[in-house]
Amino acid sequence: MRARGAPDAGRYALRRRLLSSFMLALTGVASVIVLVPLLLIFYHLISAGAGALNLDFFIRLPAPVGETGGGMANAFLGTVLLVALAGAIGVPVAIAAGVFLAEERHSRLARLVRFVADVMNGIPSVVVGIFVWAWIVVWMGRFSLLAGSVALAVILIPMVARTTEEMIRLVPRELREGGRALGFTRWRTTFGIILPAARAGILTGVLVALARVAGETAPLLFTAFGNPFFEWRLNEPVASLPLLIYQYAISPYDDWHRQAWAASLVLIGFVLVLSLVSRLVVKSPYRG
Amino acid sequence: MVQDSRPAGAAGEEMQLEARGFSFWYGTTQALEEVDLAVPKRKVTALIGPSGCGKSTFLRSVNRMNDLIPNVRHEGDLVLDGESVYRPDQDVVLLRRRVGMVFQKSNPFPKSIFDNVAYGPRVNRLVQGRAALEALVEESLRRAALWEEVRDRLGENALGLSGGQQQRLCIARALAVSPEVLLMDEPASALDPIATQKIEELIHELKSEYTIVIVTHNMQQAARVSDRTAFFYLGRLVEVGNTEEIFTAPREEQTEAYITGRFG
Repeated sequence: MRARGAPDAGRYALRRRLLSSFMLALTGVASVIVLVPLLLIFYHLISAGAGALNLDFFIRLPAPVGETGGGMANAFLGTVLLVALAGAIGVPVAIAAGVFLAEERHSRLARLVRFVADVMNGIPSVVVGIFVWAWIVVWMGRFSLLAGSVALAVILIPMVARTTEEMIRLVPRELREGGRALGFTRWRTTFGIILPAARAGILTGVLVALARVAGETAPLLFTAFGNPFFEWRLNEPVASLPLLIYQYAISPYDDWHRQAWAASLVLIGFVLVLSLVSRLVVKSPYRG
Repeated sequence: MVQDSRPAGAAGEEMQLEARGFSFWYGTTQALEEVDLAVPKRKVTALIGPSGCGKSTFLRSVNRMNDLIPNVRHEGDLVLDGESVYRPDQDVVLLRRRVGMVFQKSNPFPKSIFDNVAYGPRVNRLVQGRAALEALVEESLRRAALWEEVRDRLGENALGLSGGQQQRLCIARALAVSPEVLLMDEPASALDPIATQKIEELIHELKSEYTIVIVTHNMQQAARVSDRTAFFYLGRLVEVGNTEEIFTAPREEQTEAYITGRFG
């Protein structure tokens, strides 16, 4: 670039360019700092856990204490059931609540619900576990898949409700007017036009929330409890990956330690896949 | 207030819509002041005036879109085909089917081209069966001069259309529920000149079957497309008359100042 204007314009241009490069470099360094822990975690999980990954790990039950081998099939099944059930309980409630928050945004009830949801998002998940223990485990008289799912749903609902609200609010006002001008009721406009328009964003929010609760350990400690065998009944305790990782990690056995690493790797992989799927969903916005 | 004293073209012409001493408030702000305006059937009436003069408010009062805004009230009356738009037993859903609306910013639904047009008739149960629905969609798209451009891709997302095509799709969508009146709120202000020309040609064709009320900031456009022109200023109807007269021999000084570009 050629300097123009004042004689010392060239010097300023140089300074500007240097400053710009410096700031750009700073942001680059910051990005690397963000990436480093993730890469380290991956490196560590793979080096420590990949060795324990084999077919047995996925299809067999844990070996009895003292024996090596065995797998975590019960925990895989348990986590899938817990997350699926939590989603089935929580997602409809959360989306409906999010619609209400967006539609009746200034009503007193909406303000209250929004405030409570924000507080809930900040509550430590172990507290949710205690709450569900006190209400459901004590009431049923036993640990159970149902209690664990409810605990996860309680964590999921405020997250998804708030995302849904935000996504609906991003839909242009003109779209709502277009529906109303055709003589559609408010209900029809919201569920037939607005919600589909916000679909991609809401789906992303749901997937992120599911990935988040899939890794929750604390709320499951005294709700789902854990189970060394396959279990799929609602009123029985059930195993889960995070819980088993915790139990194996604090055990004195090397073989269990290796399996805990492998399970962590699988769990991270699961979360990663969910994130990637949500990315793909976002890439096709406004698909009708 | 200024009365609509001039005859609207031929004597005994049928009026589709009449505003009688119509006033409108947003909260405590008065947006319209005792407007008396008659809109003839199957003609194009253009509403012109500087921003904030109340022309859009007037337009949105006709199909009661203003109902969606909290704290609004009105006085006087708007009469559509002899019946008050605001009468207590008015079915707003039916009203909005009779009075279609096209917006400044094209707002196709995030659905396929076909579904955009079919959604209204489907919801309002206007036709029975797939074949009848397809026929209605084709007819609506033809009337909106869009059929030839989209006939091979009816299943594609409407958001993939160009701005002008989207706007014509919105017109087709409005036509699909068989309205009598079409309200257009600056329908071409976001379009390029060629797309604008297409919309204007379309308006010209549509007026044989529909009563059209169009708000526009573009004076040339008002002169080109409309039979009648109403000039609004500060919430009052200053002057209304045949478009030719308004643009060549306005009676009011304010009208002349506005159309010659001296203010606004």
